[in-house]
Amino acid sequence: MAERVGVYVCHCGSNIAGMVDVEQVARWAGANLKDVVVSRDYKFMCSSLGQAMIEEDIKKEGLTRVVVAACSPHLHEKTFRRACENAGLNPYLCQMTNLREHVSWVSKDRDKATEKAKALVSAAVERVKQQAPLEPFFVKVNPATLVIGGGIAGLQATLELADAGYPVYLLERSPSVGGHMAQFDKTFPTLDCSACILTPKMSEAGQHPNVTLLTYSEVEEVSGSVGHFRVKIRKKARFVEEDKCTGCGICVEKCPRKVVDEDFEAGLGYRKAIYTPFPQAVPRIPVIDVNSCIWFERQKCRACEKLCPTNAINFEQKDEVITLDVGNIIVATGWKMFDCRKISQYGYGRLANVFTALEFERMCNAAGPTGGKIVLRDGKTEPQSIAIIHCVGSRDSNYNEYCSGICCMAALKFGHLVLERTKAEVYSFYIDMRTNQKGYEEFYHRLLEEGMHFVRGKVAEVTDAARRPEEAGKLIIQVEDTLLGKQRRIPVDMVVLMGALEPQADAKELGLKLGISCSMAGWYTERHPKLDPVATMTDGIFVAGACQGPKDIPASVAQGAAAAARVMGMITKGDVMIEPVVASIVEEKCSGCRICNNLCPYNAIEYDSEKQVSRVITAMCKGCGTCVAACPAGAITGAHFSNEQVFAEIEGILWDAIHGNGGQIKSEQAVSA
Amino acid sequence: MKYAYYPGCSLECSSAAYDLSVRAVADLLGIELREIDDWNCCGATEYFTQDELTACAVIARNLALIEPQLNQVVAPCAACYLNLKKVDNLMQQDPTLADKINQCLAAGQLHYDPGRVRVRHLLDLIHTDIGEEAIKDKVVQPLTGLRVACYYGCQIVRPYKGDDPEQPTKLDELMTWVGAEVVDFPVKAHCCGGHMTQISEPQAFELIRRLLQNAAEYRADVILCMCPMCQLNLDAYQNRVNSFFGTNYQIPIIFFTQLLGVAFGLDWKKLGFGKEIIPAEPVLRRKLTAPAATA
Repeated sequence: MAERVGVYVCHCGSNIAGMVDVEQVARWAGANLKDVVVSRDYKFMCSSLGQAMIEEDIKKEGLTRVVVAACSPHLHEKTFRRACENAGLNPYLCQMTNLREHVSWVSKDRDKATEKAKALVSAAVERVKQQAPLEPFFVKVNPATLVIGGGIAGLQATLELADAGYPVYLLERSPSVGGHMAQFDKTFPTLDCSACILTPKMSEAGQHPNVTLLTYSEVEEVSGSVGHFRVKIRKKARFVEEDKCTGCGICVEKCPRKVVDEDFEAGLGYRKAIYTPFPQAVPRIPVIDVNSCIWFERQKCRACEKLCPTNAINFEQKDEVITLDVGNIIVATGWKMFDCRKISQYGYGRLANVFTALEFERMCNAAGPTGGKIVLRDGKTEPQSIAIIHCVGSRDSNYNEYCSGICCMAALKFGHLVLERTKAEVYSFYIDMRTNQKGYEEFYHRLLEEGMHFVRGKVAEVTDAARRPEEAGKLIIQVEDTLLGKQRRIPVDMVVLMGALEPQADAKELGLKLGISCSMAGWYTERHPKLDPVATMTDGIFVAGACQGPKDIPASVAQGAAAAARVMGMITKGDVMIEPVVASIVEEKCSGCRICNNLCPYNAIEYDSEKQVSRVITAMCKGCGTCVAACPAGAITGAHFSNEQVFAEIEGILWDAIHGNGGQIKSEQAVSA
Repeated sequence: MKYAYYPGCSLECSSAAYDLSVRAVADLLGIELREIDDWNCCGATEYFTQDELTACAVIARNLALIEPQLNQVVAPCAACYLNLKKVDNLMQQDPTLADKINQCLAAGQLHYDPGRVRVRHLLDLIHTDIGEEAIKDKVVQPLTGLRVACYYGCQIVRPYKGDDPEQPTKLDELMTWVGAEVVDFPVKAHCCGGHMTQISEPQAFELIRRLLQNAAEYRADVILCMCPMCQLNLDAYQNRVNSFFGTNYQIPIIFFTQLLGVAFGLDWKKLGFGKEIIPAEPVLRRKLTAPAATA
């Protein structure tokens, strides 16, 4: 029996109709394409009236197939499938073709665009006739969640989920949770103490019955898909037994080896070879750094082992790989600071009194290496003048084109702290002052009042080469003041570089393990930049905080909570629908060559060694089609992408070549005549 | 190691010391320099301000004259180096321009295939191709105790990607290998004023003064140059700068190859010493007390 196809061409306001003669396309399809019984155009097909029109036609005209020629299926495939389902038609018998992104938005010639639209409609009609009804299936969602990254975004997500009663694994690479926020002294614009607002969350996460902390651990491998991920995690050897350690700290106190702390103290302070990064660390269990420990260097010492009251030190400990089963994953891996050495004209690493923003944060922190005193590199001299340089490595086409977003506010905060604690003059060298969140502009005005000096211009050079006697012994800022229209040289004692926020060095690597993508700059890509900011293109994996782009604390917290809410929605629903667009193997045709096994990017094909055939694990298959194309025996079919369907689509798109003007399809003149 | 050698006009006259010392040092290091037959002036910075095609063609002629069996050319002068490299690059990026240039060259039965010859600066060649070990091997008079300011100038640092353009270090490293004490010289890649001395003396003198002042502050015994223009400006104008600003700098300005030659124990006369205006010999003799024989 012949199919009865309905074709619906959308104007999308003027988005499509402005470039494509949609009425002609609809008329042409109705007159020329075989089995098309209804063909209509409509202003907004996605509106409720448009949907009702399709539903009514299905019922009244007895349509067995529907083609919607409109926008990208990313946007409205669900809408039209649902409309078909409402009218009793299997949703997989509805096909969308994209006349907006693929035709009108990228065309300049109206006639050619209209011809292309016809070809695409023809392709969709030929294809849809070959489509078969499919039934989606459902998998249970494991209520446990893995949060990767224990900074403020990850902590927030963890606590939201744990408080709602769901189990959470909080994974952190360093020995303690807390992230960058634990390094800061004050937070803008309200100047509340960073530790005071962060540490309650840290200890709550550490003690919460629903939270399992996995610090000093990294993701090794991720398999499975939404609802049932399986994650392998490497717990790096701490050389301290977590169940025996009480966190008394005697080992740290007695350790004879002191090294520069490049991580938490940003190279400005020291730590021991056995250490917790900071006093409020969660958990309070120290780790031994094998690169600085005397025992690992020359098999001597073991002082910590001798003095530990609970015998918790274990030099024989090895890395441990554990496997977790979780339903959803939240990625909150944060950022790292731009390497300011790359801009050699600013002198970081060469001129002693040039500091990075992170070093300066530690210096301002009362618990930091200088006890909160702002001093030069000699550790005692208070500077008389300080220059803060904005946009170091950001808004700069040589390094990163993007704006790091938070640096203007952080620079203003630094200015305030300096003016509060010293008698120094503070200069801010900015390109544009960007203070566009609640209370930020007011903070900028406060600093204008407090007497911070603002110079608009990109600094050319920081040098110790004096030209005039008053410059001797100073660091001179050479800058074009673009408001004065003049070159200026401003001698100062100390320079702070507001380094750009950059993606973590291994962000791409982790992205590959998770199957999520990064932007050109290296930030994780969200599903939609406006309407779906914490989901990714991979179901069940969410992003939060600065790993998705530079972000301040309020925005990171908001995203952490948003990601948690999305996960809770998944858990509450209980199961997720899996698209039935998957591959299947006909066992009789399979020779057991196993070519497909290693090609599958989702590890969704297993091998049955008894029957000597390969088999698709349906719940893990994403329907990418790699195995279908690779199978030498043609034993694999991809549902919804069968050979018949694809060939029909190709024949449809080539309608004019196949039928020609003298063929079965009549020319436009014949139709209008 | 064989390279085509493009001395450039300056090395024939005002910077004869550079040419002499380059040839002497290259000879000792086993670098064979084959001077391009019938080479012409590169046009320095002037030709490009008049007409691009003419300027390019004048420069490309030198590239076209290079013997077919040689695929690298070395130019000790910074302006020559920059011009040769620039034209080769322009021709590689712009086939239409390359065609036009080759039409000009055809008048003299010449032709140049863009990219055929790699343009090298002498410093890069000595630092990279000869390398630390071979240099250290040849030292008979270590320059211990001699404080040198390494001045790169502005022309060689930009097109060359092997060093930091703002704070280059290759010459610093080379001088450390031969035992010299390299002083901090933050203005090492700043401009010497170039031909500004002919247009506006106050501007040019200020640029020269900054360099001398910085070297004096770090108590440099000599300033090492790798560009004839830099050497000329700092040396020949030093006394005029002194009288203009009321200063009293007396810092010898020599080419880095001259000092390398000293470290290798070569005859000072053959290295072109004595041609500079602020005499270098007294300073070197005073600092380098350990005679070559006992080194």
